[in-house]
Order: sequence, then structure tokens, then C-alpha cells
Amino acid sequence: MAGSMRVRAKEKDGIVTVKALITHPMETGLRKDSDGNVIPAHFIQEVTATVGGEVVFTANWGTGVAKNPYLSFKYKGAKGDLLTLAWTGNMGDSDSLEVEVK
Amino acid sequence: MDRRVFLTAGLGLGALYATAPLYAAWPKDAFEAKEADALIDMLAGSKPAPSDAITITAPDIAENGAVVPISVSTTLEDVTRISIVVEQNPLPLTSTYDLTSNSVPYVSTRVKMLKTSNVVALVEAGGKSYSGVREVKVTIGGCGG
Repeated sequence: MAGSMRVRAKEKDGIVTVKALITHPMETGLRKDSDGNVIPAHFIQEVTATVGGEVVFTANWGTGVAKNPYLSFKYKGAKGDLLTLAWTGNMGDSDSLEVEVK
Repeated sequence: MDRRVFLTAGLGLGALYATAPLYAAWPKDAFEAKEADALIDMLAGSKPAPSDAITITAPDIAENGAVVPISVSTTLEDVTRISIVVEQNPLPLTSTYDLTSNSVPYVSTRVKMLKTSNVVALVEAGGKSYSGVREVKVTIGGCGG
């Protein structure tokens, strides 16, 4: 799932605002296809933000998060921080991206 | 066994335990709960205290329930977790967010909503649970109104 993420991180007054978009179906497992078969749940469970090996923020997601999820959060940081955002899905899928805080 | 090696091993193990809460397991039971009230009890441990210090930013009317932008922020101190619950969804818990001492208590995302519902933000701060509520109307048919 490489290339599934777009992440921006911007610092102002010591606060870094992170905005991320992830491409993912976020299938609930409640929908049926045209033949009446249940489409299995397929969703991102966890998104972790790490700076210098330290976790600054973790998101735990269920199926109630919209398709192609958007996530924004803030932490106390600085310009030039290398922020890694990584997600894992319920089907063992995953991706990560490192960005520099601007 | 070399005493020094033993000590280092012990320290390593200690460090592992110390960081463990940051990687708290995905709360499966909470995500599978079907009743909002039971879910909130499960997450909060008791009835959360309603708080004016929690701000939920959401549209009053969402024309597309599949994508409803929700932001939660609070002026409460020492926030460790924020959860977003859509009461009328088949699975009410949409997401929980684990914050650290470096976090600013703010999160923004987009959730799915089956129909008009209260959106509850549960905030754990300083070992206590607080809640904020906001109703979002979902128009079915997608033609506004």
C-alpha cells in the first residue's frame, strides 16, 4: 500500500499541526454487494505518529471512520522534526511515511 | 550469570514495560459494542461528567452521512484520551485517540453517520471522564433541506 498517504506538518508557536489523508476503502463489513454477499470489513485500525522514536499520538479507528480517512492532530514540537506516521489495517495491510515539519 | 548483564537485562525489560501503555491494544470490545450507553460506560468506567470545556465542531446538517467532518478540542488539562461516539450508528464507536504529554487536546477527522444522531465526545483528563454532546442532522436523499 505504498503511496497511500499524504501528510503535512506545520509548526507555529511551538505547536505542530499535522494533517493527513490516507487512501483506504474503510469497508464496514455491514454492506452487501449486488449478489447479496456481505463485503468483509476492511479498515485501518491504528495510526501512530512518532517523532525521534517517541510516540506523540495514536489513533484507534473502527469502521465508523469515513472512506479515505482524514486525520488532523497537534503536538508540541519544532520545525525540522522528522515525523513518521504509520497505519495498520485489520487485514494486515500497512503503510508509513516520514515527513519533515515545516 | 554476570551480575552486570543481569542488571542491564532487567533495565531493558523495565523500559519495555514503561513504554507499554503508549501502545495500548486496539480496544476490540469497545469497537464491537452496539449500544451507545453500554459503550460509554465501558469506555468511561462510569457516567462521564458533562463538560462545557469540550468543543465539538461539526455541521448542524450533514447532507452526506458517509463523510461528516468532526473536530473535538478541549480546554481540560492532562488529557489522555479522546473518543468520538455516534449514538445511532450500528457500531457507535468511530474512533479513540491516545494522547501523550506532548499532545495538544485536539483531533479532527471524518466519520460515517447512518442517520441523524447525537455525536458524543468522551474525554479522559486527569483520570476522570468528561463528555460533550452535539446533534448532527443527516439528510437522506441528499437534496438538502
